[in-house]
Amino acid sequence: MTASNKKTALKGTAAALLLALSGAAFAEYPEKPITIIVPWAAGGGTDATARTIASALEEELGQTINVVNRTGGSGVVGHTAISTAKPDGYTLGLITGETNMMHWLGLTDLTYKDFTPIGQINFDYSGVQVAEDAPFDSLDQLLSSIKEQPAGTYNASGTGLGGVWHLAFAGFLLDQGIEPNKVTWIPSQGAAPAMTELVSGGIDIVPSSVPEARSMIEAGKAQSLGIMAPERLDSFPDVPTVKEAIGSDYTIGEWRGIAGPKGMDQAIVDKLESALEAAYNSETYQGFMAKQGFGTEWRNAEDFETMMGEMDQEYGNIIESIGLKK
Amino acid sequence: MDALLQGLQLVFNGQTLLVILAAAAFGIFVGAVPGLTATMAVALLVPITFYMDPTPAIAAIVTTSAMAIFAGDIPGTYLNIPGTPASAAYVGESSLLAKKGRARETLGTNLVCSVFGGLFGTIILVFVSPSLAEVALKFSSYEYFWLALLGLSSSIFISIGSKTKAFLSLMIGLLLSTVGLDMMSGAPRFTFGIPDLMAGINFIPVMIGMFALNEIMSFYGSRVEARTPPALSKDKVFGQVPSHVKRYWRNMLRGSSLGTLIGALPGAGADIAAWIAYAAGKSRSKDKAAYGTGHIEGIVDASSANNSGISGAWVPALVFGIPGDSITAIVIGVLYMKGMNPGPTIFMEGSGLVYSLFVVFFVANLIMLPIGYLAIKSSKVFILTPRKILMPIILCFCIVGAFSINNSITDVWIMLLVGIVAFILARCDFPMAPAILGLVLGTTLENSFMSSMLKSNGDLLSFFSRPISASLGALVILIWCSPLLVRLYQRYRAPHTNHTPRSS
Repeated sequence: MTASNKKTALKGTAAALLLALSGAAFAEYPEKPITIIVPWAAGGGTDATARTIASALEEELGQTINVVNRTGGSGVVGHTAISTAKPDGYTLGLITGETNMMHWLGLTDLTYKDFTPIGQINFDYSGVQVAEDAPFDSLDQLLSSIKEQPAGTYNASGTGLGGVWHLAFAGFLLDQGIEPNKVTWIPSQGAAPAMTELVSGGIDIVPSSVPEARSMIEAGKAQSLGIMAPERLDSFPDVPTVKEAIGSDYTIGEWRGIAGPKGMDQAIVDKLESALEAAYNSETYQGFMAKQGFGTEWRNAEDFETMMGEMDQEYGNIIESIGLKK
Repeated sequence: MDALLQGLQLVFNGQTLLVILAAAAFGIFVGAVPGLTATMAVALLVPITFYMDPTPAIAAIVTTSAMAIFAGDIPGTYLNIPGTPASAAYVGESSLLAKKGRARETLGTNLVCSVFGGLFGTIILVFVSPSLAEVALKFSSYEYFWLALLGLSSSIFISIGSKTKAFLSLMIGLLLSTVGLDMMSGAPRFTFGIPDLMAGINFIPVMIGMFALNEIMSFYGSRVEARTPPALSKDKVFGQVPSHVKRYWRNMLRGSSLGTLIGALPGAGADIAAWIAYAAGKSRSKDKAAYGTGHIEGIVDASSANNSGISGAWVPALVFGIPGDSITAIVIGVLYMKGMNPGPTIFMEGSGLVYSLFVVFFVANLIMLPIGYLAIKSSKVFILTPRKILMPIILCFCIVGAFSINNSITDVWIMLLVGIVAFILARCDFPMAPAILGLVLGTTLENSFMSSMLKSNGDLLSFFSRPISASLGALVILIWCSPLLVRLYQRYRAPHTNHTPRSS
C-alpha cells in the first residue's frame, strides 16, 4: 500500500465513520441489537431477572437484546464494564444495590453518578431467617437474646464482608439500639451457601431476602421471623413485617435497575424509559417475578436516581458505623 | 416420583437426544485421536453448553466424557498409543492382542466392559448420592475444611510419579486460587489494578490452557506423526465377548467397584483408576505369567474401572461440590452457571434436574454400545485423521472458548500464559491434576478455615469438636502420616519376616 493510497483509505474511513455517526443520530433508535451487561453470574436470581426483562424489552423495542454476564469482584467487574461502555444506548446494564456500597468499601471509584439511570425494576427486602429448630420463635425473642448474651454469641451470614445483607442486618441492629458487632458476621459466597450453613448449625441467622431462603423454608428446615419491608410479601404471606413484629419502621434491601453509561443522549433515555416501563408491566415480567417470589417496584429514571442517592447515604452511614469505610 | 417423571421428560425430547448423539460422536472422535484427552474435550465443550438448557448441557458433558474414555482404547489397540491417558494402563496388552489379529475382539470386550463399568458407577451414583446428601446437610465449614484438605491430600498421595512434584503442582494451583477479591476481608489480592482479576482466576481458561494448548504445543514440539496404517483385522467384534464375560465377570465387578471408589476420591480420575485396577487384577489373577503377553484379563479390569471412575467422580461433585476428577472440576463450574448449585440442596429442589442427570447417565452409557460398535467398525477413519489439520482448529476453539466464558480478553491471556507454563511443567513430568484441584478447592479450603476461625473465635480445637469433623480430621492426619507408618512397618517387618516367612 503506497502513502497516497493510505491517505485515501484513511479519508474514506473517516467519511464512512462520519456517515455512520450521523446516521446513528438521525435513524430511529434502536437500529441494531442491544447488549445488557449483568454483573452477577448466569443462573442466579439477578441473571434470571435480567433475562426476563430483556425478553420483555425485546418485544417493546423490536430489537434483539443480548444478555452478557460479567461476574466477580463483588460486582465491581460488571459495573465497571457498564460504566465504561460507549454511551450510545447499545450497551446497557442491570445495576444493583452494590453500586451504593463498593465505593464506600474502597473497592472502586465508581458511584451511582457514573451511570445514566433508566428505571428501577425490582426491590427485594431483607428478611431474618433462622433454623427451624432454633431456640427463638419470634423476632422479639431473637433480639432480646442478642441483647442479653455477650458479643460473639450469635453469628450471621449471607454475603461477603460489606455485602448487602451484612449491611442490611447491621443497619437493623443499629436501628434497634444494638451494637452491630454483637453479632459476628461470617462472610460467605452468597445466600445459598449461608442457608446450608444455617441448617447444619454452623451459623444462627441469615438476613437474606426471603425468596433466597425459599427451598430451605419449604423443606421445613428454616423459618423466617420477619421482613424489613413496608408490607407483607404476596409470596410469603405468613412472614410478618418488622413493623408488625416489633413495631420498627426500618426497611432495607437490594434494588435492581436498568442503567447505561454516563452521558447518554436524552432522546434515547426517554425512549428506553417508556419501553422499560411497558416491559416492567408486561405479563412476561410480572408473571416471572411473582412465580419466583421476587419483589417488583418501579421507579422512573428521575426517581431511580433520587432513590440511589438516598440509599448511597444510608449505606455510607452503616458502613462507617461498622468501621468498614475506607 | 413426580420429579423422576419430570426428569425423564427433560431427557427424552428431541433436542436433548440430538445433543446426546452429537456429543457421542464428538466424544468418540476426540477420544480416538491420540493426544486429545477427555478432559480437553469437555473443556472445549463448555462454551457451547452456554447456549443450552441445563439438561442438554449436562447430557453433552456426560456423554462426551464417557465416549472419549472408551474411544481412547481404539488407537491404543491399533497403534499402541493411548487415545486418552485412561487407556495407558493396558495399551501394551491390547496392542499385542491386535498383533495376533484379535483387535476387534479386544475392542468389543473393551466396549462391553466400558458399558458395564459406566452403568455400575451410575447405579452407585444414583443410590449413594441422595443419602450422602442427607448426611452432607449436617456439614458446616469445619467439615468442609477437612473435606477440601482430604481432597488435596489424596490428589498428591494417589498421583503417579514423584510426590514432590505433585505437591509443588498443588502449590501452584493454590497460589492461583488466592487471586481476586478475598471474601473474608473484602481485600483485593494480586489484582494489579486490573478489574477483571477482581473476580479471581476463572478455572475454565486455565483448564483449556493446561489440557488443550499444552497438547497442541507438545504436538508441534515433537512432530511424531509416525503412523503406519495398521492392518485392520476382520475378526468379529462381539464374537468372543460372552465367553470372556463368563470367565472374567469377577474382574468386571472388581474393576468397576475399584473404579467408582477411586473416581469418587477427589483428585484421582479414570486414568489412575485404570492403573490401580490393572495392578489389582494382576495380583489376584490365576495366570500372572500371561500378563504382558497380550492377555485379555487385565483389560477387563482396567477398562471397566476407567468408565466407572467417570461416573464415580460425580458423587462428591454433586453432594459436596468437591470434584472427583478434572472433568467434574469443569462440571461444577457448569452446574453453577446453570443455576444448579452443587451441594446437598441440589437434591431438595425437586425440579427434576437431578433426576434428568441420572437418566442422562444411563442413556449415555447405553448408547455407547451401538455407537461404540460403529466406531470399532470404522476405526481407520479416526486413526488416519492427520493431527496437523486438527491442531489449528483446536487452537481456534481454545481462544474462542476462553473468551466466551466471561467475554473477556483477560481470560484469553490467562489461557495462553497457563498453556505455556503447563507445557514446561508437563515436560518436567509435573502432574496437572493437583494444580487444577488446588485452584478449584483453594478458595473452599481458605474460606472454610477462615469462617470456622471466626465462628469459634480462633480456637483451633474447634476443628475436632464436632463428631464428623473430628473423624474427617483424623482421617486426613492418618493419610499424612501414612508414608511414615509404612516405613515404620517395613522396618519392623524386615527382621520379623526372617524368622517367620509369610504364610499366605
